[in-house]
Amino acid sequence: MDTLRLDHTRSPLRRTPNGALRLPNGEVSPYLTQELAVGDRLELRGPIGGWFVWRAQQTEPIQLIAGGSGIVPLMAMIRSRASTGSAAPFRLLYSVREPGAVFYRDDLQTLSDRDNNVSLTFAYTRVAPQDWPRPPGRIDAALIADATWPSNLAPTCFVCGPTSFVEAATELLIASAHGRDKIRTERFGPTGDRK
Amino acid sequence: MSSHTYDYLDGNAAAGELSAIFAMDVTIAEAQCAHCGAIKRFAEAHLYMQAPGVVARCAVCEHVLLRLVNARQRAFLDLGGMRCLILDTSQLQESGQ
Repeated sequence: MDTLRLDHTRSPLRRTPNGALRLPNGEVSPYLTQELAVGDRLELRGPIGGWFVWRAQQTEPIQLIAGGSGIVPLMAMIRSRASTGSAAPFRLLYSVREPGAVFYRDDLQTLSDRDNNVSLTFAYTRVAPQDWPRPPGRIDAALIADATWPSNLAPTCFVCGPTSFVEAATELLIASAHGRDKIRTERFGPTGDRK
Repeated sequence: MSSHTYDYLDGNAAAGELSAIFAMDVTIAEAQCAHCGAIKRFAEAHLYMQAPGVVARCAVCEHVLLRLVNARQRAFLDLGGMRCLILDTSQLQESGQ
């Protein structure tokens, strides 16, 4: 009877420094971290919805922009690209608080090293590694110009992260002449912690 | 910026709730706002989930497009804010979902 339904679009779990997955006041993660016990039965469904999805038939350049755990659905696209043998050029701009907060670091590096058509740019908002070319800060127009496909290549852009991050990234893309109809977004709500 | 700028999600976040009701994926359908007439993908609507249910608003004029409340074993679905919902029927053949 105690079943929990998880929609992939509504369960943005974050990995806290101690390894637990919890989003304070989140819809799902307090249940997972505080109530769920070994032996409980879960009903899982999804992925559901065809909007925030990259398909192997898409050959145009793809721009992925992630804020924090917003990397999760974008990582699925990068993996899907690799598993289908697609040659679509992908760029990822991944904004994250500090180096230790990067999800999938090794997987991302491996996939990018293996294929010249997958390029990664990390942007740190609080703490950057030593000698990092860009001081810590939120993404801005200079970074968008530097690290994303120019609008004349008509990339499809997928942006996922906290609502404030998605707002900011989308405004920057539109200011760089990307068409609104080429930008797909997945906001996961406020985190109280703007990336 | 409006005061509720950071309160909403995208219409695609309603995919799960809507899939319990509709045979087709409503989030990729085009929805015409009954208030301003704009036609956008439902996935691009602004979705508010703080209410006792789900409220989708037009991304252009913020008029309510859809309300869905599940209570007492009933789903109350108000589509009055949409003049038209345009669904791509090819998805029925292609995926069988």
